[in-house]
Amino acid sequence: MTLDPQAPLDVDPLLDDPATRIVVCCGSGGVGKTTTAAALGLRAAERGRKVVVLTIDPARRLAQSMGIDSLDNTPRRVKDIDDAAGGELHAMMLDMKRTFDEIVEAHADEERARAILSNPFYQSLSAGFAGTQEYMAMEKLGQLRSRDEWDLIVVDTPPSRSALDFLDAPTRLGSFLDGKLIRLLMAPAKVGGRAGMKFLNVGMSMMTGTLGKLLGGQLLRDVQTFVAAMDTTFGGFRTRADATYKLLQAPGTAFLVVAAPERDALREAAYFVERLAAERMPLAGLVLNRVHGSGAGRLSAERALAAAENLDERRIVDQTGGKEEVRTAPAPGSPAAAEAPSDPTIEQLTAGLLRLHAERMHVVAREQRTRDRFTALHPEVAVTEVAALPGDVHDLAGLRDIGHRLAAGGNPAGAS
Amino acid sequence: MSRLQVVSGKGGTGKTTVAAALALALATEGRRTLLVEVEGRQGIAQLFETEALPYEERKIAVAPGGGEVYALAIDPELALLDYLQMFYKLGGAGRALKKLGAIDFATTVAPGLRDVLLTGKACEAVRRKDKQGRYAYDYVVMDAPPTGRITRFLNVNDEVAGLAKIGPIHNQAQAVMRVLKSRETAVHLVTLLEEMPVQETLDGVAELRAAKLPVGRIMVNMVRPALLGEPALALTRDTGVRPAVVEALAAAGIGSAKRLAGPLLTQAGEYAERYALERAQREQLAAAGLPLHELPLLTEGLDLSGLYTLAEELRRQGI
Repeated sequence: MTLDPQAPLDVDPLLDDPATRIVVCCGSGGVGKTTTAAALGLRAAERGRKVVVLTIDPARRLAQSMGIDSLDNTPRRVKDIDDAAGGELHAMMLDMKRTFDEIVEAHADEERARAILSNPFYQSLSAGFAGTQEYMAMEKLGQLRSRDEWDLIVVDTPPSRSALDFLDAPTRLGSFLDGKLIRLLMAPAKVGGRAGMKFLNVGMSMMTGTLGKLLGGQLLRDVQTFVAAMDTTFGGFRTRADATYKLLQAPGTAFLVVAAPERDALREAAYFVERLAAERMPLAGLVLNRVHGSGAGRLSAERALAAAENLDERRIVDQTGGKEEVRTAPAPGSPAAAEAPSDPTIEQLTAGLLRLHAERMHVVAREQRTRDRFTALHPEVAVTEVAALPGDVHDLAGLRDIGHRLAAGGNPAGAS
Repeated sequence: MSRLQVVSGKGGTGKTTVAAALALALATEGRRTLLVEVEGRQGIAQLFETEALPYEERKIAVAPGGGEVYALAIDPELALLDYLQMFYKLGGAGRALKKLGAIDFATTVAPGLRDVLLTGKACEAVRRKDKQGRYAYDYVVMDAPPTGRITRFLNVNDEVAGLAKIGPIHNQAQAVMRVLKSRETAVHLVTLLEEMPVQETLDGVAELRAAKLPVGRIMVNMVRPALLGEPALALTRDTGVRPAVVEALAAAGIGSAKRLAGPLLTQAGEYAERYALERAQREQLAAAGLPLHELPLLTEGLDLSGLYTLAEELRRQGI
C-alpha cells in the first residue's frame, strides 16, 4: 500500500483565490488550531490579501507574536509583516462577554441596556453559558464579514469539549432563547390560544412553582425580566443564529479540520468531517500538524537497535579491557579489539543516535498507521502535513515558517 | 490521600488517561474506586474498550490484588431528575418538566447550576456509606473539565451565589463547597513538558489557590525517555564529531554510514533542543512547589495494557 494515497491539500491557491472569504479552522483541543489559523492569516497577508484573524483563546506568547495581547475585542493591525505584495494582517482576540454586551448596547436604548447588563441572569449567561463562546464567535464572524473591510477572515474555533459544539451551540442558544419554556415564562396566555390556556396555566403554575422551589423565586424573576427585556429589544435570536449558520454554508467559506497524527485527535477529525458533510459545510481539507519524519528513513528501527547493541558490547569489552589491562588478549570474535581502540564516548554517542533513530522510526510508523486508518475512512479528504517542530512558536518568523510548511506539506515530494 | 481526586489538564495532555490510571492505582490491594466522567464524552468507555457508559455505576476493571474500579458518566439532565425525585418525589411531573424544556434550562443555561449537579453527584459518592457504615468507595476520581475551566467549575458556590440566593440549589452548593474546599479533595493538573500546557498549568495552580481550592499534584504525562546522556549531548554540539560517528556506525555494521551520519546527527540536534526546552519546563513546574509525577510516553500508543503500566508507575511513585 502506498503511504500517500490522498489528494494533496494545496493551501496557496485556497488563500490566493479572491472568492475565498472565510477560512474556519476547527478540530479538538491541543492540536495547534490557533497557531494554524495565525500562520494561514500571515501567509495570506504576505501574499497580498487583506486579512483579519479571529482567535479565541490564544496562548500568551502566540498573541504577543502578533501584538494582540491586549484584550479589547477589536482587530489590531499586525506590524512588521512583509507587505511587499500589498497585503495587511489584522488580528483580534474574542472577548465573549464584551461581544454580548455590544449586541445589547447596539440594539437597546440606554436605559433598557443598563437593565439587561445588570441582570444577574444575563451576567451568568454572557460569561459562562456552555454555548456562549461559540455563539459569540459566530456573532463576531458575522460582524466582521458585514463590515466588508477585509477580503479574508480566518477564524479559530473555541476549545470546546468536543469539536462539534461549535456547530451545535448557536442553534442551542438560539432555540433556548426562542424556546417553549422562555415563551411560557414570558407570556403564558400568548402561546396556547383560548383552548390551550387552561392547561397551560396549570402547567405553568406547577412549573414555575417547582422551578421556584428549586432555584429560588428570585432567580426565576430574574429570568423572566431578562427574557422580556431581551425579547422586546431584539427578538429572534434564532434568526441571527440561522443567518450565521447560512454564512458558513455559503460559497466562499472553507473549513479546515486541524488534527495531530494521534488516535483521539484523528477520531475527532473524522467525526468532524462527517458532520460537516451532513451539514453541507464546505470542507477544504485536513491539516495534520506535528508529523514526524526522518532523514534517515531507510535505516529501520530494528537494524538501528541491533547496531546500537553491537556498539554497547564493544564498549563493554573496551572498558573491561582497559580496567584489567589485558589488551594483548582480545576477546574472540570482537572486531573492536582487533582495530585501534576507539573513543568510548563516541561509541556511546553513536549508540544513542541509533536508539534515538529507532524511537523516531517507531513514532513515524505509529503516526502512519493512525493516518492510514483515517484515509481508509475518508479517502476524499485532501491533506497537508506540517512537520513537528522541536519548540513552540514565539514570533512572526516562526509563524511564517509554519505557513511555509502548510503550503509545502500538501505535496508529498516536499515533505521530509 | 484525599478521597476525592479531581484530575484536570489542558486539552490534549491525556487527563482522562491519567484519571483512569489513578483510579486503577488507587484500587490496588482490594480497594474500590469510582471513576467519574462529567463532560459526556464517553472517554472512559473508549479507554477501557467497553460500550458507552450509562448513568449508572458499573464495574469496568479489576485492579491488581483484587481491587475494583467502577465508572459513572454523570449526565446533568438525569442527575437533576434524580435530585428532583429524591427531594420532591416528582415522578411524572419530572417528565412534564423535561418536555417543556425546563430541565434543559436548568442544566445547560445556567452553568453554575449544571456544575452543582455534577460536582454534587461526585460528592455524594464520596460521602456514601453502606449498611455497615463503611464508605461505598475508598476513592472517587473525577475526570474533570480542562484547566482553563476547572476553577470556575469547582467554585460552584461563587457561581451559584449570584443566581440562586436561597433554596435547595443554594444549600446543595454550600454542601458541595464544604467538601471541595476540605482536605477530602485534591485537584491534580496534568501537563506535558511543553510551553503552552506548562504555562496553563501554572496559571491554573494560581487560580485554584486564589479560590482556596486544594491543589494536589502536577502530573507530567507522555514523558519521553532520555536516550542521550549529558556527555553525548555535549558531543552533538561539536561539529567535528561527524567523521568519528561515521567510523563508529561502520564499525557497528551499518552500511552507507556516511550518508546516515548527517541525518542522525540532525535528529540528535532536534533532541538536544527539545531536551533543553523540557528541562526549562521542568524547572518552571518545580517552582510551583507541588509534588511532581512523571508518566512515560507509551511509544506503541495507549491501550488497556498501557493503562495498567501507567497505574503501576503511579504506584511506584508512591500513590
